[in-house]
Formats: sequence, structure tokens, C-alpha cells
Amino acid sequence: MRWGVVSFPGSNDDLGTLHVLRDVLGHEAVPLWHKSSDLAHVDCVVLPGGFSYGDYLRCGAIARFSAVMSAVSEFAAHGGLVLGICNGFQVLCEAGLLPGALVRNRSLSFVCREATLRVESVANPFVNMALVGDVWRIPVKHGEGCYVVDEATLDQMERDGQVLLRYCRPDGSRAREGEDASDYNLNGSMRDVAGVMNATRNVFGMMPHPEHGADASLRDVSWPDAGVPDGLRVFQSIAGWVADMGQRAAVDSMR
Amino acid sequence: MIARVFITPKKGVLDPQGRAISSSLHSLGFGEVADVRMGKYLEIRLDPAQGDGEPEGRVRAMCERLLANGVIEDFRFEIDREANGRSEHDA
Repeated sequence: MRWGVVSFPGSNDDLGTLHVLRDVLGHEAVPLWHKSSDLAHVDCVVLPGGFSYGDYLRCGAIARFSAVMSAVSEFAAHGGLVLGICNGFQVLCEAGLLPGALVRNRSLSFVCREATLRVESVANPFVNMALVGDVWRIPVKHGEGCYVVDEATLDQMERDGQVLLRYCRPDGSRAREGEDASDYNLNGSMRDVAGVMNATRNVFGMMPHPEHGADASLRDVSWPDAGVPDGLRVFQSIAGWVADMGQRAAVDSMR
Repeated sequence: MIARVFITPKKGVLDPQGRAISSSLHSLGFGEVADVRMGKYLEIRLDPAQGDGEPEGRVRAMCERLLANGVIEDFRFEIDREANGRSEHDA
């Protein structure tokens, strides 16, 4: 498994992500510079969190025109796996690789805390080391994380299993229609959406930071000390998927 | 020549900043404020000697490709052919 982590000017979770991939997972991970269109034959490209180009104009709006993003679009068009985290999610939406957009949090406040997330769909490359209904705890830190998209598109995405994670209460429950959801939906996202995948199921964006909830040595004292940190499951899901694909390709080539 | 571009949140898209400004105006006694939508205003100075095509088409393309995000924003613009040199803010 070979990962690539993009650095834009203003990315600040690129090194943290490389740390998790290399030192926690023990995988090969290479930095990808925004000016280069060489993706170095990686299996998965990660667009990390941060404030690319200072969030000027709109979050992600400038980054999408960088050289590396032309290569990422091409990579995605050929089925390559792309994970966007926080600012990376914003870049993917701006680039048109994911539907919708991320706007200012409904509260107008920057939120920095742990989110509880309900796993909504598991037949995909990004969230599969889980069961539907599992509740994950992964940190968020953002000011513009309110997911919006037109209703008809979101209906379609829900039907096709493209909504992988939603904000929920610690017990997995969510507000009923018309009820206040602001106790757990930290940014006001439509239908509590926290992470979405494209229609061709190879590009995924999420506002929470799996890399911040992946290294057990950095685990908050309030966390249960057993088990795999939930953020790590995102990276493990992708790695497991890539390994399965590799095995299938090997079997096919022997036939 | 100057293009003045106005970008506003699309109707139906949540505008929490506009809402906060609206309630602030209410608390200052401006009860007539029914709604506030907050957007962006850009002044773009154009060099008539450059650019391939009519400025209207060029500015529209700028808005569609970069300045506005069609998922969440509307845009309109006006082109002032008389204005030349520096923007109002430099005066």
C-alpha cells in the first residue's frame, strides 16, 4: 500500500497524516507537492486538512486549480482512490469531484471537539471496517463544515449509499424532523451529513479528522483505552480494500 | 474599464452570517430589516487591450469558473466602460 499526501500552501495536517500512515500503520507514504502533477504511482491520494491558500475567496476554491489537482482529477477519473479530509473535502467539492459545498457553520463559530459519527454505509472502499449503525468518535476542527447540496441530489446520494458518515448523538440516535440537532450536528450540515462519496465510489470527503483520532498514544484520557482508534479504521478500510483489489487482480492474471 | 461583480448566497441556501447581521440590526432598533443576505463585492480592473472577446463574456466566464460557486452562490455584474485607471478605493 502506497499513499500520497498532498501539501498545498496552507495545508497543516499533511505531516500529521504522513505520521499516522507511516508510524502508526507502517505503510509507505510519500508527500505530493501542489506544483507537481506527478502522483508517484500511489494507490490512494489524501488531500489533508488546513487552510489552503489562506481560504481566500472560498475554502478550496484556489487549490482546485493547482497542478496537482489536475493530476488528482485525472487519477479519480480512472478509478483512483481519493480521500479528502476537512479542507481536502472542501477542495474536492470545489473541484466538482464531490457533489455539494461546505459553507460557514450555522453557529458561526469554529468548532474544535470530538464528534460522534454514525456509520451509514459499509460497502465501499473508505468505511468498511465497521457495521452500519456503529458509532465512531473522531475529532473535528473547522469553521466552514456545513454541508449543503440540493435536496434531489442528496436523496439520490442516500439511495445509492453515498452518505457514509453522519453526525449523531453518542448513543447513535439523531434528531427527528423539526427537532433541534445542534447538540450533536456541530455545523448545521443538511441531514447531519459528515462524509460523502461520489457516484463512482472512489472519491470520499469527510469533515472530521481521522488522522487526529488514529494514534493511540495521543488518545484523549476520556477515550476507552481498548480497541482500534476509530480514525484509524478509515485508513485501514482503504488499505484493506486496496489489498483485496490487488489479490483479485493477481487471481485474474493467473486465470 | 471596470467590472463590478456581486456574489450572493443562492436563495434557499442557509446564510448564517446574514441572519446574525439581521438580528444585530434588530437589536439596534432597525425593526424594518426583514432579511439580510451577505455576499461579496469584487472590482476587477480590465485592460481593454487584452482579453479575447467581449468583456461581458469574459467576466461571466470568470464568475462561472472561479469567482462564484454555482452550488451555493448567484452572481451578477456590471461593466463600466467609462471607468479607467484606479479603483474607487485608491482615490
